[in-house]
Amino acid sequence: MIEVDVTLRRGSFSLAARFSTQAPVVALFGRSGSGKTTIVQAIAGLVTPVAGRIRVGEETLFDGAAGVNLPPERRRIGYVFQDALLFPHLTVRGNLEYGERLTPPAERYVDRAHVVGLLGLASHLDRRPAGLSGGERQRVAIGRALLASPRLLLMDEPLASLDIPRKAEILAYVEILRDEFGIPIVYVSHSIEEVTRLADHLVLVSDGGTVAAGTVAEIMGRPDLEPITGRFQAGSVIEARVAEHDLDGGLTALDFDGGRLLVPVVDSLPGERVRVRLRARDVALALAPPPDTSFLNVLEGTVTAVSPRKGALVDVTLAVGGAVVISRVSQQSCDRLALAPGKRAFALVKAVALDRHAVGFA
Amino acid sequence: MEGAGADTWGIIGLSLKVASWSVAASLPPALATAYLLARARFPGKVLVDAVVHLPLVLPPVVIGFGLLLLLGRNGPLGSLLAPLGVTFAFKWTGAALAAAVMGFPLLVRAIRLSLESMDHRLESAARTLGAGPWRAFLTVTLPIILPGIATGVLLSFARSLGEFGATITFVSNIPGETQTLPLAIYGFTQVPGGEAEALRLSAVSVVISLAALAASEWLARRSRGPGARA
Repeated sequence: MIEVDVTLRRGSFSLAARFSTQAPVVALFGRSGSGKTTIVQAIAGLVTPVAGRIRVGEETLFDGAAGVNLPPERRRIGYVFQDALLFPHLTVRGNLEYGERLTPPAERYVDRAHVVGLLGLASHLDRRPAGLSGGERQRVAIGRALLASPRLLLMDEPLASLDIPRKAEILAYVEILRDEFGIPIVYVSHSIEEVTRLADHLVLVSDGGTVAAGTVAEIMGRPDLEPITGRFQAGSVIEARVAEHDLDGGLTALDFDGGRLLVPVVDSLPGERVRVRLRARDVALALAPPPDTSFLNVLEGTVTAVSPRKGALVDVTLAVGGAVVISRVSQQSCDRLALAPGKRAFALVKAVALDRHAVGFA
Repeated sequence: MEGAGADTWGIIGLSLKVASWSVAASLPPALATAYLLARARFPGKVLVDAVVHLPLVLPPVVIGFGLLLLLGRNGPLGSLLAPLGVTFAFKWTGAALAAAVMGFPLLVRAIRLSLESMDHRLESAARTLGAGPWRAFLTVTLPIILPGIATGVLLSFARSLGEFGATITFVSNIPGETQTLPLAIYGFTQVPGGEAEALRLSAVSVVISLAALAASEWLARRSRGPGARA
């Protein structure tokens, strides 16, 4: 349980952050410079709010009115910085041990050998941070934070300074972390791909503070938030469950409230929950199911909203069962099909548009 | 010449004692001052910065004269400290104090530079891992700025060994008490036939300075290089 309701000063601006969540992974999502880092620094105790309250679990970390303000070292909150910030004068082992040594043995619940094995650090223990690659550094930083046995892990854009292959590598480690240790994670990012893959709960941050909070599917399905979630990234998120694999065909079938989706094979077990991100520009519309088509996914739904025109384009929102699908089409097509709220329509999605970057485990 | 030889060791010993005490005593306040100037924001910071650098720009004689006025037997501070048994005027402790004041800006500058070039968020990282502010300073900041401290210690040690103007003005040139190497060399150049002795002491100065340089280089390398601290 994380409860944040604070006013923060950021230079000459003030920032109002307010959200509470029980979710194992909550993402603070917003553009660079929107104040996400300031919010996590306040949770860690590295900046002091002007007023308000911060609670994690049963403990009040900050309460302006009651004069409570625990120093960072007594909050037991792990912090993984964007640029790792390893101690340059210590070896990898020294870095990993730093927080572990300062944690009373009774409060340690993370085993060092387990973390070292999990993060693949065994062969690097005697090296110094200066000789490590960016991905290795970030793995050490994650291990270091973990070994202090924190009650909450803050990850501030841990992938931002990495190249694409390293990003995928670390993302996989963060997924393992989430599933293995059960430590609640606050994940800061401006990348919708990362957020969709990792987070259950999303807090949208814009200049001036938090503007909306909810499940990833809820927030991404709201057209009114698009100016903040990003026009280029417009789309929706569907919560689904793995139904079966067709390994010969290279496809996995996912069931969701509204039908079935076929996607390129996902490494998963039937029954597992996944999140699928459907980008609006990957979704086409038809008034009747096309007879001969390469579209593997034809989803019947009802138009619930047509956005105001943006240049030559409009975004059409469809309710497909309990899920939301957004399609970006030209104004011309919209007029020709006479799309308006209440109208039946079919959303057409190519299976190949839903590659492994679009599917995340919930 | 037998007596002059014994005297040489006395001068060297006194010089090393004065320089060591001057550096040792000024290191803690220099660390605090450098930390304040590098990290803190407070009103009057520019003034503090200027006062710290004063010994670097003022004639040393002026510093020595100021110390004499302040800490002489009749000075405002000197008369306060005298009943407590603390006297500086015309004592080797006074020579150490004069050297400390003259070396202080060099020490502060070197430490401040290395503090400013260090990512101060490393201290934040230490705090989130459970270290209090003091522990974070001792286990993270201090080892990282050690090369800077070593440089500062060398510079101020060398400055102390060479200190002349402030010392001779404040505590005079008393053999066995305040007569350090430079003062002794000066003394020998003032008497006929003293050139040989002055030359010998000069050579000693060169050796001590080179040794100090080597020691600080070794220390800096040790704290930076691979396998320094596990």
